[in-house]
Amino acid sequence: MGQVYFEDVNEGDEIPQLKKNCSTQQLVLWAAGSGDFYQIHYDKDFAQSTGLKGLIVHGALKNAFLGQLLHDWVGEQGQIRRFGCSYRGMDEPKQDILCRGVVKKKYSDGGKHYVELDVWTEKPDGKKTSPGTAIVTLPGKN
Amino acid sequence: MTQAPDSVITDEMRAAIGVEGPPAVMEVEKTNCRMYARSVGHTDPIFYDEAAAKARGYRGIVAPPGFLGTPIFRPGGSGAVPGELGGRTFSVPYKRILNGGTDYEYFPDPPDGDAICAGDTITARSKISGFEEATGSLGPMLITTRETTYTNQHGKVVAKMYGTLIQY
Repeated sequence: MGQVYFEDVNEGDEIPQLKKNCSTQQLVLWAAGSGDFYQIHYDKDFAQSTGLKGLIVHGALKNAFLGQLLHDWVGEQGQIRRFGCSYRGMDEPKQDILCRGVVKKKYSDGGKHYVELDVWTEKPDGKKTSPGTAIVTLPGKN
Repeated sequence: MTQAPDSVITDEMRAAIGVEGPPAVMEVEKTNCRMYARSVGHTDPIFYDEAAAKARGYRGIVAPPGFLGTPIFRPGGSGAVPGELGGRTFSVPYKRILNGGTDYEYFPDPPDGDAICAGDTITARSKISGFEEATGSLGPMLITTRETTYTNQHGKVVAKMYGTLIQY
């Protein structure tokens, strides 16, 4: 994917989607990578003993997926200024998690070109489980 | 004395708003950057390969989005990540706790800020920014918002994290 430029972006545009599907192995990798070892994410018996149906995907991992969505979109010359989400719904392993973003606003300030977005993860039925927002900078063509 | 009779927010909690907790030292190491990037599924080589990162103008392997270093583990310590679920807790009548969400703000521009790269040592300082009470699908809840500021070894503020904790 080539570099995206500020001039190419319009309010209302959707950025390229990122599809994830977590294996239980990925949840263990994330536990190690993030330092979050809460057992509801890798020990099914433990998860069920807390009343959950089964294992659930870490909210912070879905947030990090949104970080990847943005990092890959802004390219080498763009930068993430701010991103994050609320953890509103649970996702299970071995189910698609679609990461999406829509441009809300664009403006230039102090020689930098800013783009604000709504970002979120959604389940296969379209339910948003991690709604959030982001601010990135993109290069201009001149 | 304007406090509603059924509020769970005490004067002690109100007094804690804005007060910084003890600083936590976070190490940003190559292996942790790679592990974090791998666990997310990142494909950009700047998160794995030092030469690739340097070729793109970074000081070293880049910390992937959301990775602000690893707290130093000490046996017997809480191991909590500052600003997330860690930090000061208060006695409230709710048993259950949820991480409501996290926002990361970055300050990558020199001279005031910088990118976060392997080899950095980051000092994290957390404070409670506010308490709020609400009633939602989970019933009555206490929402605590926290702000953590990350300063690197050169005294530059490189990131802030805004966390929301829900007790219900």
